[in-house]
Amino acid sequence: MVDPFAVKDCALISIATGKEAQNLRELSDRLETIHSGCIYYHFWGGMLRPSFDEPEYQNDFAAWAWRSLHDSRLAERLAIIDPNYYKDIEELRRELMDVIEERLAESEFVPWARSGQRFKFIRSQIVVFDTGIRIEHPGELRDRIPKMSLGSIFYHFIDARRRTKDGKNDFVQWFLSFNRGIYDDLIKRINSIDPYFTTLSALRNELHAVFEMCPMEG
Amino acid sequence: MVMANLLESYAQIIGNEVVDHLRQLAEPLKGMNVVHVNSTREGGGVAEILSWLIPLKRELGINAEWEVITGEKEFYQCTKSFHNALQGDRVEIPPALLKAYEKTNEENAERMRRQLEDADFVFIHDPQPAPLMKLCPHRKGKWVWRCHIDLSRPYRTVWKYLRDFVVGYDASIWSLADFAQPLPHPLYLIAPSIDPLSQKNRDLFPGEVHAVFDRWGLDPDVPLITQVSRFDRFKDPLGVIHAYRHIKEFTNVQLVLAGGGATDDPEGEEVLKEVRLAAGDDPDIHILLLPSDAHREINALQRASTICLQKSTKEGFGLTVTEAMWKGKPVIGGDTGGIRLQVVNHHTGFLVNTPEGAALRVRYLLKNRDKLDEMGRKAKDLVLNNFLVTRHLREYLTLIFATMHESVERIEV
Repeated sequence: MVDPFAVKDCALISIATGKEAQNLRELSDRLETIHSGCIYYHFWGGMLRPSFDEPEYQNDFAAWAWRSLHDSRLAERLAIIDPNYYKDIEELRRELMDVIEERLAESEFVPWARSGQRFKFIRSQIVVFDTGIRIEHPGELRDRIPKMSLGSIFYHFIDARRRTKDGKNDFVQWFLSFNRGIYDDLIKRINSIDPYFTTLSALRNELHAVFEMCPMEG
Repeated sequence: MVMANLLESYAQIIGNEVVDHLRQLAEPLKGMNVVHVNSTREGGGVAEILSWLIPLKRELGINAEWEVITGEKEFYQCTKSFHNALQGDRVEIPPALLKAYEKTNEENAERMRRQLEDADFVFIHDPQPAPLMKLCPHRKGKWVWRCHIDLSRPYRTVWKYLRDFVVGYDASIWSLADFAQPLPHPLYLIAPSIDPLSQKNRDLFPGEVHAVFDRWGLDPDVPLITQVSRFDRFKDPLGVIHAYRHIKEFTNVQLVLAGGGATDDPEGEEVLKEVRLAAGDDPDIHILLLPSDAHREINALQRASTICLQKSTKEGFGLTVTEAMWKGKPVIGGDTGGIRLQVVNHHTGFLVNTPEGAALRVRYLLKNRDKLDEMGRKAKDLVLNNFLVTRHLREYLTLIFATMHESVERIEV
């Protein structure tokens, strides 16, 4: 007997760390020691905090390189970093620093931002709460997806990667517990969704489309 | 409006999902005693926020109270000076005024002490009531200082004095990361918001919107460019007139500069004089001095406008930008402060640095009406999803949990 899927929801609050960078060298130095929550926030936080749905660059480091340092080459290189690709935040931190160091090495001078445009490191706290909704059958989950709040999508599909052992999302984790192999195709399709270059509402639609494609019980 | 239906009214605008989310988030907080303290019941942004925040919290089952600190003339003189100094003016505050400030807080603490010490959460807004925390030694709840002021470049002498009162709080809240000053407690970031049900932002009948053309001698067939703001140098009204003249060389437009009366603000009067001088006898420049409660008039003017400007050279968050965007208007705004959070270049409007830049973008939008409409729609969507009171309330609720578990990154309720 598989445990029901407990639908949870979450809300995020941003916290200023007071740490900032005026130029690219300072950004690199700060990144070495900054709280891992800051790196998470500057890659994923845009999905839950007040922000525009179609940003020019998906992460805050790339946006700063473009907007404040006016270094479009660096912005492009930072923008292509997909946090999903890295096994944990430390690996992501390394990659981020490598890209910045490479740019510093090829630049004749250190790019600076105007005084009012320093990079401000921010982290967040996430409050998770139980919606009380329990899903017994996979078919019910398919029907529930379009009604889920964006906070629920974030918690089960994105935040889950930090919580679960193999960095899986909660939906896949649940389907794996059926252990009959009948959801392998669905699992494969869910795993192929890239949650990064999108918005939470687009992600919800994408998930629903995948669920609709696969036959399931209930 | 019937209070019990307040959340339903918001649900009609923003959707049931958002309101359900609020109800679930607030469920564990039911019965909690929360007190907000500020220095005025009416007038100003803080009172505006509390006037919707308190009833909404109550409707969610939280025992929210709103207390107001009161004082004599010297107290307000002192806190007005604080306000100017915290925004960067080098203001020397006489010791007698500081004494009045501290004494007023002591007197108010006498009156409120029991309620504040018993509360589970106390939110103190801005510097006026900041000393109350130290004056409530037996407090049992969490105390949060909410700073609504742009503190990015404070006059250090005054901030040093005030810092001593806020350093001991459990947390503080700031509108933007740029405004936050280092303090040894969590510095939460909560952007301001607008109330879509208020007189300033609610939907109006087309007739009411159209009536502004007759009332102010405007031509409904000529594009209307509007900037709503105080007559303050940082809002750059002269730059707006400069931009208008550039546009006028190519296209027929009319300009409205609408702001509050400046009788209590000597600098405001001076700026207004300069603006009038710059406008000269141009019949298409309309300088409107509106009373501070002309919310519905401003609402109608913004809705009647083709494009809204906020060409500030320095800005806090810029709620006039949010208001214009909520009415589906693209905004051409100065590349500064909170305007950058709202005006997304080429999507919800344009960020500009010069009158020439503003003129260029206005001409572009007047020429490309489809783009103007598309940007207006995106602007409204951005406000709908990010800058309405429901998001603001959600963050206040989240903050209550966060403050109770201050070092935990993921809090399971």
